[in-house]
Amino acid sequence: MPSFVIQEKCDGCKGGDKTACMYICPNDLMVLEPNAMKAYNQEPDQCWECFSCVKICPTQAIEVRGYSDFVPLGSSIMPMMGTEDVMWTCKFRNGLIKRFKFPIRTTPEGTANAYSDLKGKDLESGLLSTEEADSYEIPVPTELA
Amino acid sequence: MALPNKPLGELKAVKDPEVEEREVDVLIVGGGMAACGTAFEVKKWLGDDQSVLLVDKAAMERSGAVAQGLSAINTYIGDNKKEDYVRMVRNDLMGLVREDLIYDLGCHVDDSVHLFEEWGLPVWKKADDGKNLDGKKGTKAGTLKSGATPVRTGKWQIMINGESYKRIVSEAAKLAIGDENILERVFIVELLLDANKENTIAGAVGFSVRENKVFIIKCKTMMVACGGAVNIYQPRSVGEGKGRAWYPVWNAGSTYTMCMRVGAELTMMENRFTPARFKDGYGPVGAWFLLFKAKTLNGLGEAFAGGDAAKAELERFAPYGTAAITPTCLRNHLMLFEMKEGRGPIMMDTVTALADLGKTMNKKELKHLEAEAWEDFLDMTCGQANLWCAQDCEPEKKNSEVMPTEPYLLGSHSGCCGLWTSGPDLDWVPDAYKIKAPNGKVYKLMTTVNGLFTAGDGTGGSGHKFSSGSHAEGRMVAKQMVRYSKDFADFTPTFKQSKEELVDLVYKPVRVFLENCDYTTAIDINPNYIKPNGMMYRLMKATHEYGAGTATFYQTSNKSLEIIMNLLQVMREDCEKMAAGDLHELMRAWEIIHRIWTVEAHLRHIQFRKETRYPGFYYQSDHPGQDDENWFCFVNSKYDPAAAKWDIFKKDYIKIISD
Repeated sequence: MPSFVIQEKCDGCKGGDKTACMYICPNDLMVLEPNAMKAYNQEPDQCWECFSCVKICPTQAIEVRGYSDFVPLGSSIMPMMGTEDVMWTCKFRNGLIKRFKFPIRTTPEGTANAYSDLKGKDLESGLLSTEEADSYEIPVPTELA
Repeated sequence: MALPNKPLGELKAVKDPEVEEREVDVLIVGGGMAACGTAFEVKKWLGDDQSVLLVDKAAMERSGAVAQGLSAINTYIGDNKKEDYVRMVRNDLMGLVREDLIYDLGCHVDDSVHLFEEWGLPVWKKADDGKNLDGKKGTKAGTLKSGATPVRTGKWQIMINGESYKRIVSEAAKLAIGDENILERVFIVELLLDANKENTIAGAVGFSVRENKVFIIKCKTMMVACGGAVNIYQPRSVGEGKGRAWYPVWNAGSTYTMCMRVGAELTMMENRFTPARFKDGYGPVGAWFLLFKAKTLNGLGEAFAGGDAAKAELERFAPYGTAAITPTCLRNHLMLFEMKEGRGPIMMDTVTALADLGKTMNKKELKHLEAEAWEDFLDMTCGQANLWCAQDCEPEKKNSEVMPTEPYLLGSHSGCCGLWTSGPDLDWVPDAYKIKAPNGKVYKLMTTVNGLFTAGDGTGGSGHKFSSGSHAEGRMVAKQMVRYSKDFADFTPTFKQSKEELVDLVYKPVRVFLENCDYTTAIDINPNYIKPNGMMYRLMKATHEYGAGTATFYQTSNKSLEIIMNLLQVMREDCEKMAAGDLHELMRAWEIIHRIWTVEAHLRHIQFRKETRYPGFYYQSDHPGQDDENWFCFVNSKYDPAAAKWDIFKKDYIKIISD
């Protein structure tokens, strides 16, 4: 679908600097209506159903309803994001429910090693910085035409 | 309180935006996998006196093709031979690829994958007993870098738990480059050449989609990596489902258009991708073919791909058709062949595949297998999972239809259109593949415009890089850009255009709107302008009907191409009357302009190449079949911005790696 915002649950991110869904939407679809302080999807037929807004919403106010031109009503899939896993609840049209838990990350958020102190040495070589640090040797093709 | 149904545009545009001018040494346009690679690498080489800026149309945490996540990394060389990687790409793309770029990428891509794993991306591993471990359990088996064995679905692909793939990669990128060197929600729309030095990049202009502000940025060198082109052909779903493009719907061909409009040479723009995917939801089929060993059946229930008729058909396209792995376009061709013969629809036999796998598994393993099938969708195409739920489709009980999509243009997946770029400055690389800058030096991955680089979907002739390869390529470009800007340290970028002219260029759709919007009572219907939404439908209708879209089973002809060339010319003229009343609409206005130019390049190349190189992706009905004698070469094109003229020509293909 398009993502949609549940009126009762959306608090407009409490008027903070950043409206979460508006911050994250890769296609600039989610906007905050400043009077009502509620978000909405301004262009539902350009929604990729990437669930970025659903996953980031601090009040779980955003869900997705399948594209009306080919998705029957009555189903839903909802992610619950943890720090290490995502838990999906998949509800079928016939009421069947399946739950799946998958890992999303093996390190604490914010700790990715950016190698900020690493400085490359030879700008003329073909080596990337970490390859240079590892003394990698770039192979040369031997099976030539 | 109830909200009324809202139209577009909470952020109104004004006639005279604020202007912010910047000057940096290195400018990165884009925020996807390639740009994240550049952002990670650039400061490792940058001098203390040099500066860098990254500009992303969206938020790096979830921008680009990997926004939603991925369930596999499709390029990890591991123990394979790099020569074999070149052979695989070459065969899949029907013989015509840049083998120098592909081999070189193969030398560096694994280093990026090792970083992803270090940063926290869960990578599946093989246990000692041969069983698969997911990314969390797999950590106990050690890292890929330390020699642990990944779970291979094909020769080149490895399985991951990739829901947060982009978040992890962008985290490292942002930490490395620093928040102060990133502009998010700024859409660069036009590149600018230097006023004094011929054919030399000097900067770019764009605007914020959050506030009325135009950015004018000068630079010594620049990388443009804004992905491929999507929603250029009428999609199979034309209502809300228009958004359910297979490739990211926000990729507007900006990479190709912005670079071609400053005169950068394009290559293989005739190449396209029309992936066969689960119908409507466009969920991935790779794991079903490779991991679950599923087969596709025609409407009669026959596994047509292995049949005698299919084999005979493939022999027509030897040696590619008879290779061990059938090229992607020819797999599509076989599917279309069945459909045209009245033997559709094509179904993925998930039921038999899971039943066969279940014969050797216990209950717990079966449950795990089912979860893997669902994760494949939930990690990268959530909408497909919802479609299965809505259709009450459990894959072990019900088969699903497969269908080739509308056409996409890209250079990093199973496609190879893009910019002509320099090969590495190494002895084994032919001179014809090296582009020399004015100082006589070769800068790998530089386009034919001095100082202008590209990566990912932008690099032509080197498909099958995928997410990991795009990242590695972005890193290589980072080093080359630093090198370039050091070598040209005394270069002072200067624009031909005044500040006012540039603002007028960027905000023209806003000014057209404001000057005319009071004339009628319906904001979208006005004889003095056209809204981007209307232009989008006009482009889609034209490509659908004449440009080898799904309407004609991907066929076009000389006459059809002649007609659509006229339509595109008129569209470009009418773009002068494009109107945007708010910042979101201004973004859409520039996106459709980018799309129209990219489509024109695509179709000019198809028109020039008098053969059908990629049956299954498109058919030139006046020139069916391959003509290796005349067309075993690249097709390159160049738009001359000064003369506003196109030049299109053959470029020699050079075979580097043996068969």
